[in-house]
Amino acid sequence: MASDAITVPVGQTEARPWVDELHQWLTTVDHKRLGILYIVSALLFLVIGGVEALIIRIQLMHSHNNFVSPEVFNQMFTMHGTTMIFFVAMPVLFGFANYLVPLMIGARDMAFPRLNAFSFWLSFLGGLLLYFSFLGGSGLYGAGSAPDVGWWSYAPLGARAFSPGHSSDYWTLALLVSGFGSIGTAINIIATILCLRCPGMKINRMPLLVWMNLVMAGMVLLAITPLSTAQIMLLIDRYLGGHFFDTQAGGSAVLWMHFFWIFGHPEVYILIIPCFAFMSEIIPVFSRKPIFGYPVMVAATVCIAFVSMSVWAHHMFTIGMNSYANSFFTLTTMAVGVPTGIKIFNWIGTMWGGRIQFKTAMLFSIGFLFQFLIAGLTGIMMAASPFDWQLSLSYFVVAHFHYVIVGGILFALFAAFYYWYPKMTGRMLSERLGRWHFWLFLIGFHLTFDVMHIPGILGMPRRIYTYEPGRGWDSLNFIITIGAFIQALAILVFVANLIISYFKGARAGNDPWDAWTLEWSISSPPPAYNFATVPMVASRRPLWDLKHPEDPDSRYE
Amino acid sequence: MSTFRMKSSTLRILAQTMLLLFWSAVAGWASEPKSSSPNGTNIFAPASTPAKSIADLSVFVLVTTGIIFVVVFVLLVYSVVKFRGRAKDAGREPAQVYGSTQIELAWTIIPILIVVVLFLATARVIHAIQDAPEPAGAVDVTVIGHQYWWEFRYPKLGIVTANELHIPVSEPGHPTPTFLQLLSADTDHSFWVPELAGKTDLIPNHPNRMWMDPQRTGVFLGQCAQYCGIQHAKMLLRISVDAPEDFAAWVRSQQKPAIEDAGVLDGRRVFERNACMNCHRVDGTSADGRFGPDLTHLMSRATIAAGAADNTHDNLRLWIQNPRAIKPGSLMPAMQLSDPDLDAVVNYLETLN
Amino acid sequence: MSALTTTPSFPNTVAEWHLPSRGKVAMAGLIIAESAIFTIFVVAYLFYLGKSITGPTPAEVLETPIFYTICLLSSSLTIHLAAKALERDYRRLFLLLWLLTIALGGLFLFGTAMEWHRLIYERGLTISTNLFGTTYYSLVGLHAFHVTAGLIMLSLVAIFGFAGRVGVDQSVRIEVLSMYWHFVDAVWVVVFTVVYVLGR
Repeated sequence: MASDAITVPVGQTEARPWVDELHQWLTTVDHKRLGILYIVSALLFLVIGGVEALIIRIQLMHSHNNFVSPEVFNQMFTMHGTTMIFFVAMPVLFGFANYLVPLMIGARDMAFPRLNAFSFWLSFLGGLLLYFSFLGGSGLYGAGSAPDVGWWSYAPLGARAFSPGHSSDYWTLALLVSGFGSIGTAINIIATILCLRCPGMKINRMPLLVWMNLVMAGMVLLAITPLSTAQIMLLIDRYLGGHFFDTQAGGSAVLWMHFFWIFGHPEVYILIIPCFAFMSEIIPVFSRKPIFGYPVMVAATVCIAFVSMSVWAHHMFTIGMNSYANSFFTLTTMAVGVPTGIKIFNWIGTMWGGRIQFKTAMLFSIGFLFQFLIAGLTGIMMAASPFDWQLSLSYFVVAHFHYVIVGGILFALFAAFYYWYPKMTGRMLSERLGRWHFWLFLIGFHLTFDVMHIPGILGMPRRIYTYEPGRGWDSLNFIITIGAFIQALAILVFVANLIISYFKGARAGNDPWDAWTLEWSISSPPPAYNFATVPMVASRRPLWDLKHPEDPDSRYE
Repeated sequence: MSTFRMKSSTLRILAQTMLLLFWSAVAGWASEPKSSSPNGTNIFAPASTPAKSIADLSVFVLVTTGIIFVVVFVLLVYSVVKFRGRAKDAGREPAQVYGSTQIELAWTIIPILIVVVLFLATARVIHAIQDAPEPAGAVDVTVIGHQYWWEFRYPKLGIVTANELHIPVSEPGHPTPTFLQLLSADTDHSFWVPELAGKTDLIPNHPNRMWMDPQRTGVFLGQCAQYCGIQHAKMLLRISVDAPEDFAAWVRSQQKPAIEDAGVLDGRRVFERNACMNCHRVDGTSADGRFGPDLTHLMSRATIAAGAADNTHDNLRLWIQNPRAIKPGSLMPAMQLSDPDLDAVVNYLETLN
Repeated sequence: MSALTTTPSFPNTVAEWHLPSRGKVAMAGLIIAESAIFTIFVVAYLFYLGKSITGPTPAEVLETPIFYTICLLSSSLTIHLAAKALERDYRRLFLLLWLLTIALGGLFLFGTAMEWHRLIYERGLTISTNLFGTTYYSLVGLHAFHVTAGLIMLSLVAIFGFAGRVGVDQSVRIEVLSMYWHFVDAVWVVVFTVVYVLGR
């Protein structure tokens, strides 16, 4: 029952020329470095996307405002949505998956390190391509610059006739390129999890984060590809004279909608499932109890993956499907709420009877639970398709999905940052700055997104660069904008925390949180090879077994 | 350290409770029936059967989800408060509980039952609204969405107009609903007048159908809800629900061809000489364009440019001189008229009542 | 400054620890992703059957490529036999069957090229003619693209084979590649059925 203790010199201090360091980062195939590259590039795009959001909010601050022209506004909401989904949320989650999955399964690296690097650079290139559109999008007609077709580019708005110039081609190509990167990463994650687990780590002993990233990766294979396909079809229409979405030739605009949302709906589960993963690792550690109901958490996640493939047309309730189709998608959409909702109960069940520690990571996790609950319930409201005939395409939807993405996904990401930053850098993030970050962001978030439901109920559609006075939307929009700036301030505090703590944070040691998964058994940051000897595990919480040899988990599983 | 922890958790409970109260207040306010001012676009102030059925269903859904929220919120707050770690617990781990099949079964079955109930309630409303048969006395309107205006045609009455719809009020004993066929000339649009009905999209090559039976007279507002391009924001809707006599009078006046006023002959020549007739129709003249709104009864409308400006002399003049000043991106070109020509054509248009 | 790294280790909790080959798992993942792409193109093809406003219909212009289909499907057999031969290190037999596979695949591509030439120059069907043209060339073209990519990879292996570098140790990699080739053939079965059987 001995554990191998190996002395490893850490933090050797030969000063390396910075060009060498730069070269290392540009050519790395190490999953940890690639993970950090993903995360840092996502943070950069987060700031850019955030600026776009602030421009939108300033323009909408009051009716008939003139802060930006309609052309610019339409580019802003298109770029904001596209950036946040494809160049912030997906990369940051891939980044965390890249960093954590091999560590949690006791592996040396991902299954295909070079594919890993290739996928990252494809993804990054996609982001650069999208933003190059501001410079290069004008094309022959001088009609362009950044894409302004909305992040769904509905047909026929995306066709040559309605979007001359190259602006929407930048949208298409950027997503096509980064889409291939995503598929590469997904294949890598699946191969890593299925083929590189350390001895003893049977499929039902993997940490939930590993399970959930496996499910997410599987969904990526099936969901991103319809979007790539639709984009290829769009390019064929635009450049080869094809008629896929050409209504003049008998083509169907609705077909684009189906293809897009067959991607679009599973996509949002692709985004939220890794966040469930973070919650399933963080909440148990700060409640000092194992996750409540591990098998059901796995089953529910797999169930969500399948059911979420059958709900896509709830984004299309207003397009005139017949009553049977509308009823079907109402049913499946409500049904997918069940496995999603019971997870909230499992997390509460984990906290129940525990000894909760309110570190910043846990504060964000509790915020996540509260907000994800509300977001899920407004989703159920819109699942009732007649209710959706009013709420769809209004600010109610915008409020709902920001509630999930900001109140859910971003809060879970913040928790993940506070939890794993020590492992990645060897330093603790400041708890004091963390509390400022949390409270400022919480207040700003609720000010903006709670209030935002109301203009939707009062009839305010989305994607409008201005609105009429006298509809009762003015003061509400003003409050929403104030909240946006408070959130921006909170993000600045967060970025400051990341930077200051890198230099001044307390040393973390191997295991600052007294946690139970394999990444906490090695140094912070880990050595390049991760594990000096291949771990062997006998339960879901190998470090618990080590620390509590009198009462190991292996006895109960 | 422990007081810091407690303070932060108390603060949080306070914040969450305040939010709960705030949110309940909003829900309460939203579910009150509101009297609709002429400019209302509140989905909870329905004036027509589809909008009413939706509002009733919505209240049911809101109450159900509200109850779920309260239950889970209470559990969350309770667990955060009751099970917070205290200084005296340092070093000891709580009982390691791995799960409970009965509890998990219970909290799976109950949500499934809730889903079944919600679904059945919803399916009824879906069918009631979408599969409603068209009664004999219904008014038929064909709506054609354009970038960035609405074309309205009454095929059985021989009327063509734009942007402002007139429909009769529908009495409960003698229903005269309006059935709308929704088409598009270019890209996707969506017809949304919240107090009269849920929205339905206008999609090229994909005709849609919706109906409404407003039960009180007045002006109801709405706008395009599906992003259709640069001036999506200014594709406003104005529906005038008229008493039966008023509606009949309106129909009669719209069925007449354009008024011929000899005093504005030079303005009419400007209109016909300057390619206006390529896009616009004036019934009874040689102008028969379909690309832009029908101008036969322009002065019977309260606004121009799909609600972007009030229908006044100055706005009309500005619109023809420089549409970009009112609605940049609109497909109406600046007509480059000299000032005398401009004044003449405006005088002419102002006779088209 | 040094730190202790403690790696958990339990004595022989696991007698044998076998995990699948990462190459095969990765190829299976790629096949799943590609299947989704082809499914969407097939859906578009089926949806648009009979909806073309103008131009030639499938029944008017399509000729069923039976011979070239047999070529492609037989190439699945030859590649399977080649992989089996390599497992037993019969290098010459492997190379022979491998080259036969490439030839059969090349013949299929040639057949596609002939058909497209006929359709474009004799029957006036291009990708921009009508909905049928768009969906037909996209679907069959996507498949032909995958055949081409496969042939390039097979040719690279043939080069290495001639250089004596392909033996029993490369068996798993050859199997991975043949998984791809079988997928391409399976897709053709679907495309063939949809385009030449159902569509007419």
